[in-house]
Amino acid sequence: MEDIDEIVREFLVESHENLDQLDRDLVALEEAPRSRELLSSVFRTIHTIKGTSGFLAFARLERVAHVGENLLVDLRDGRRTMDQPTTDVLLLMVDTVRDLLGAIERTGGEGDVDVEPAVAAITRVQEGVPDEPAAAPAAPSAEAAAAEAPADEPALAREASSDVVAPEPAVAPEPAVAPEPAVAPEPAPAASLIPKQRPAEGAHLDDTGTLRGAADSSIRVDVDLLDQLMRQVGELVLARNRISRLASSAQDVDLARSAQQLNLIASELQEGVMRTRMQPIEHVWSKMPRVVRDLAAMCGREVRLEMVGGDTELDRSLLEAVKDPLTHLVRNAVDHGIEAPQDRVAAGKPAQGVLELRASHAGGQVSVEVRDDGRGIDPEVVGVKAVAKGLRTAEQVAAMSPNELLQLLFLPGFSTAEKVTNVSGRGVGMDVVRTRIEAIGGTVDVESTVGAGTVWRLRIPLTLAIMPSLSVECAGDLYALPQVHVVELVALDTQRSDSGIEYVHAAPVYRLRGELLPLVSLAGVLGVQTTPGREADESSAVIAVVQADQHRFGLLVDRVLTTEEIVVTPLAARLKAIGVYSGATVLGDGRVALILDVQAIARRAISRDSELAARAASEASAAARAEVEQVLVAGIGGSRRVAMPLASVARLEHVRAEQVELVGGREVVQYRGTILPLVRLDRLLGTFARESDELLLVVYTRGTRSVGLVVEEIVDIVEDEVGKHSTIDDAGLTGSTVLGDKVTELLDVRSAILAADRDFYTDPVPDDAFAGLDELVGAVR
Amino acid sequence: MSSYVTFTVDDGLYGVDVQRVQEALRAHARTRVPLAPEGVAGLVNLRGQVVLTVDLRPRLGLAAVSDEDEQMMVVVQVSGETVSLLVDEIGDVVDVPADRVEAPPDTLDPAIRPLIRAACTLEGRLLLVLDVDEAAAA
Repeated sequence: MEDIDEIVREFLVESHENLDQLDRDLVALEEAPRSRELLSSVFRTIHTIKGTSGFLAFARLERVAHVGENLLVDLRDGRRTMDQPTTDVLLLMVDTVRDLLGAIERTGGEGDVDVEPAVAAITRVQEGVPDEPAAAPAAPSAEAAAAEAPADEPALAREASSDVVAPEPAVAPEPAVAPEPAVAPEPAPAASLIPKQRPAEGAHLDDTGTLRGAADSSIRVDVDLLDQLMRQVGELVLARNRISRLASSAQDVDLARSAQQLNLIASELQEGVMRTRMQPIEHVWSKMPRVVRDLAAMCGREVRLEMVGGDTELDRSLLEAVKDPLTHLVRNAVDHGIEAPQDRVAAGKPAQGVLELRASHAGGQVSVEVRDDGRGIDPEVVGVKAVAKGLRTAEQVAAMSPNELLQLLFLPGFSTAEKVTNVSGRGVGMDVVRTRIEAIGGTVDVESTVGAGTVWRLRIPLTLAIMPSLSVECAGDLYALPQVHVVELVALDTQRSDSGIEYVHAAPVYRLRGELLPLVSLAGVLGVQTTPGREADESSAVIAVVQADQHRFGLLVDRVLTTEEIVVTPLAARLKAIGVYSGATVLGDGRVALILDVQAIARRAISRDSELAARAASEASAAARAEVEQVLVAGIGGSRRVAMPLASVARLEHVRAEQVELVGGREVVQYRGTILPLVRLDRLLGTFARESDELLLVVYTRGTRSVGLVVEEIVDIVEDEVGKHSTIDDAGLTGSTVLGDKVTELLDVRSAILAADRDFYTDPVPDDAFAGLDELVGAVR
Repeated sequence: MSSYVTFTVDDGLYGVDVQRVQEALRAHARTRVPLAPEGVAGLVNLRGQVVLTVDLRPRLGLAAVSDEDEQMMVVVQVSGETVSLLVDEIGDVVDVPADRVEAPPDTLDPAIRPLIRAACTLEGRLLLVLDVDEAAAA
């Protein structure tokens, strides 16, 4: 039985059911010969069996079904009415079909079942050969008995075989008596059919103790029923969660033990019900050989398809979801991965390429690989394409590792196809694959070695209905964060001024082990107010570091409560349309929580710019581990930029131009009750700023003395690597460096200040240079 | 003869087809849904089922209610989904003879009009029959 493949097995199960229905319909039809409904039902069934058997190359089955169908066409078209002989031969046909199915089930082939008697009998009835009623009814009834007896009473099979043979002699003489020569040949095969059938039947029944027929060992279940069961198990899991929670707080040993048992049973039941929804991935793979064959022929490739692990099972809804992405990857591998035979030979490879599909279970997930031994993907080419298509800049590409470059393949609008074919390569491929796979909580990855081949790796969760999640609190509400996205949690103490949150332009980032992580405030995304009583700046908060699409970012929440297995309930359509929730769930304490759609939040909250800014900044900082200092970059007019060390800047001030007074040939403003000397950096450095009625001052303070440096605009605060400076021998400058792709001059702050206040550095002062730093950062924001 | 489950919202008497009503009960604690359309009052846990709650007030052009704890829910079925409507008080189930059911008055605010399927004249009161699908669409 094992060697019967899945399609045949399904065909058998289906046909057995159909045949039972056919028996009933035929008998009913005899009672009500005018029933169009019954007739069409019978017709459909025979037609289905005929069609499928033709497809599966069961020639005899097809033949007998075909003649039966012809007879039914006569009935359907009103050329004949249903009478007893007609019913008899049709039932004979059903029995013959059943015999054939039995043989197929046992041996995988049609065996030696002879269909000619049935065919002859049907033909005779159809052609209206007279006098056949004498023979025909007898034969089928005997055969029906033969077919039924072993089936109904397996234990008696051996005895039954001799018993059932008994009526046969009774059959044989009958036609012999009959004068028609046309009838004479019929009983002989009929008689030979039965004895031949018998030993096979007997052999089958001998081991029936352990072997069940295809129809008996499986049942068809409505998918809705399975879904409903799954939902109910989900409820059970929730109830279990509640009970476990109660039991762990009560000091009752019996309750604890019962709860533990419930826990165990619920888990097993959950697993069992989940298994009923599982289907082997073969279902999806089964059409791949054809896809590969046709495509290979079209593209002039020689490809051998190998499939390993086809029995790996997946939830049926997920199976449905991976079908298209997988097909796309396979097509892509044949079209772009595997080279033309002559190219392969030239490269020292066999002319025939190997495409391998490999599925396996790994850590609660299913991993599916599409592996080819083709030309591989050159990261450099990918990088060049990405630049050519304007998806990334040349600088960004230059800084990327080969693996990062390959990830660019998943960007929307990317296609490596050298020419657009009707197979793939319209630039809608891989991003769609990624979107689809991520939509079901999976991931897709690519590895490639130039000249040796490419591996596309999908990781798919086993089921969607129940998933581990993290409940997080934001503005007093609870939300469920699917754990598959959570990389780590970072507690944040925002009471401390050096909490680690920094700002690149206006985008908050967090420095996590030297890397800058873009931060997204959940309250901000949801547009909710932080609970009154909490500090506006989240006095204590948690960063959930999450990974979604190609983004890794920190989701800022108020608190993280617990991890829980949640049951996903779909949302009403108009809540789904909001785009940040993927569902809702009932938590262990009975509260309803919305499930956050991390991918959607990433797309919504992280513009590409801020991600790139963070990336650029983190790369800059990674490159400059040695000696970095933060510098304030200011425009001073004439598109010149200067950088000054941030550490000694006290604050930034705006003053109106008319407040500037002249004291002894120097410009000053009255500032917090003191006189603040100014120095205009544009004039000092030999350029000209726009005239404006407002001046922007960078204030340096030392003790009681302050000096204001007049600049045109504040550009940014960046990190500057001291070691990379080139020296400039120019008045007022100490060198130049490249900050954010622009050459920036380094201001000699000391001489600039001295130009305004000669005694600035001579007065002794306490060391409070950092005092105004926070204010400064606030002002820059 | 049509039967309606009646309820009040801000002194107005409204009704929905009794066939569509699953149950009526005291309002549960709701989980708010940030970014949701105005009429969405939140999600409630109705015996383990997550049910969308719709506040009829914004839809009827009424101001938001101040004391939320006194509200009731009328749970209705809308195209396979369970939705609960937030109302002030639940009234009786009334049977209205067909000749008492009329088209909604022309003076009705055009914004509310699609929501009202019919107007029934009861003894001394006007009952506005809500279109459940419209009402639940928030």
